[in-house]
Amino acid sequence: MKWENIMNTQKYLIISFLMVALIFPIVVENEYVLHLLILIAMWTILGSTWNLLGGYAGQVSFGHAAFFGIGAYTACILNTKYGVSLWSGLLYAGIAGTIISVPIGAISFRLRGPYLSLSVLAFAAVLRLITLDWASFTGGAVGILLVQPIVSSKASFYYLIVGLAIIALLVINNVLKRRMGYYFIALREDEDAAEALGIYTTRYKLLALSISAFFTGIMGAFYANYTSYIDPYIVFSIGDVSIAMVLVVVLGGIGTFWGPLFGSTVVVLLSECFRNYFAGASVLVYGALIIIVIMFLPKGIVGSFKKRFKIA
Amino acid sequence: MDLSILIQTIASGVMVGGLYALIALGMTLIFGVMRIINLAHGEFLMVGMYVSYILFTHYGVDPYLSIFVSMPILFCLGILIQRYIILPVIKAKAPGENQILLTAGIGLVMTNAAILIFTSDYHTVLTSYSNATVHFGNISLSKPLVWDFLISFGITGAMYLFLMKTDIGCSIRAVEQNIDSARLMGINTDRIMIITFGVGAALVGAAGTLFMPIYYVFPAIGEAFTLKAFIVVVLGGMGSALGALVGGIALGVTEQFGAAYISMGLKDGLGFVIFILVLIFKPSGLVGKSRF
Repeated sequence: MKWENIMNTQKYLIISFLMVALIFPIVVENEYVLHLLILIAMWTILGSTWNLLGGYAGQVSFGHAAFFGIGAYTACILNTKYGVSLWSGLLYAGIAGTIISVPIGAISFRLRGPYLSLSVLAFAAVLRLITLDWASFTGGAVGILLVQPIVSSKASFYYLIVGLAIIALLVINNVLKRRMGYYFIALREDEDAAEALGIYTTRYKLLALSISAFFTGIMGAFYANYTSYIDPYIVFSIGDVSIAMVLVVVLGGIGTFWGPLFGSTVVVLLSECFRNYFAGASVLVYGALIIIVIMFLPKGIVGSFKKRFKIA
Repeated sequence: MDLSILIQTIASGVMVGGLYALIALGMTLIFGVMRIINLAHGEFLMVGMYVSYILFTHYGVDPYLSIFVSMPILFCLGILIQRYIILPVIKAKAPGENQILLTAGIGLVMTNAAILIFTSDYHTVLTSYSNATVHFGNISLSKPLVWDFLISFGITGAMYLFLMKTDIGCSIRAVEQNIDSARLMGINTDRIMIITFGVGAALVGAAGTLFMPIYYVFPAIGEAFTLKAFIVVVLGGMGSALGALVGGIALGVTEQFGAAYISMGLKDGLGFVIFILVLIFKPSGLVGKSRF
């Protein structure tokens, strides 16, 4: 098949996929199915945005819960204390994620590889401690309850998250097609060579991080609306947020555009299947999945598929 | 500022720091040999704590004696995990983030298995000496804490002798310095990696047992201690055993100062602040690259 043909079939596939996605809630009125689709879409965005930094720019972060939590808290505090609407809260959450990402990145990017990953994780832990301790402003361990979330019905949440997913994927796709996208890949392949060729490595790492943090922040706000309750242990969680984001990408295929979609589908469906068996220990499935994937499917679903069928 | 409070704070900080050093020593050893940051480290600590908790509640074994059980158990656990899970991944030349993620996955499995077995309740052991104190002039220290410090100091010293004087210790140091040359010299590097992981797990298991008389145990305790160990390791310098000792005591003293002069809730946060300052101003750690 010629390259243009592949591009075209991909285009038609995406358009028909979107059509199905848009009419789905009208045809199927099952709330549980919608709930699963909302989760899948949410984790696809989280995975894709992590993938931009970790998969394409090669800067693996184990602390994206920092931006997720900041986004969730920004939207909730602005709404409950200052009466800012939750719709603009979504945007402010993204901006807050970006703002907090700059100092974190400026410090962490002095390090490389595993040190970098873990220092971001340490920042997420600091933010959780601050949120816990500063109870007068954040509600501390009690958390914040959103009495009236952004929209009320499952179907509206579904359309909201699908809309956000389209925007996020378009932006990420656009970033990757631009010059900076190639700079990101150059960073991943060989940082020193990239620097020698005149790429401002720290600047582009920060750029990738801030874009990634922006969408992560928005997702934090969306999550807060969707569950209508947040506390520091939920939104700054290492296992449930930071590691889960990495898992979605590694399972789907790190550095592949559609990997996070496959990864999130598998993760969400599997953890739903096992939820009944391990009530208090649902993360057990994550852990086991991580071990299995890394041992037997190190390139992820999309990555292994590409390798087998030699698609570029 | 009251002088006796100051001395008291420093003294208890050093004591706790000795335990942190023991935890971090295992992590830095594993890092030095395998270039892996073991994110399941705190979970090994949790296993060590549960071992001494079970021995105490079911068989009435003194927590300090259970160290002779917890260390071998953790050693075997470490060996099995390294042999069957981590080593195949290292040999497949998986990228660094996959290796860290793998240890994080192992940690998640261990935490959640503990939740299934023991539920999420908090447990403590109450011994006759739990609330006893020792007085040195003006300052008074918790008796189990002093014992903990002495024993962890002893274990660290034994570790030093093991690394310097035994054949296996020499091999471990050789692999740490240059794995390819070590292999050329006829060292079975896979075996050394397995043993190192076992030793690292046994060290942190011992620390868990020592923590039991002064702390409480619950399944999710590991995460906080993994972070603490990581902070200590970065503070002291990656892969440096002396660094683990210096970093551990530095973190312990900092935390006690935070608890005494700022607030109990922010005492852990202060450790992170020091960590961030070290990252900014001295990324190679307080002790730099030196080894032993």
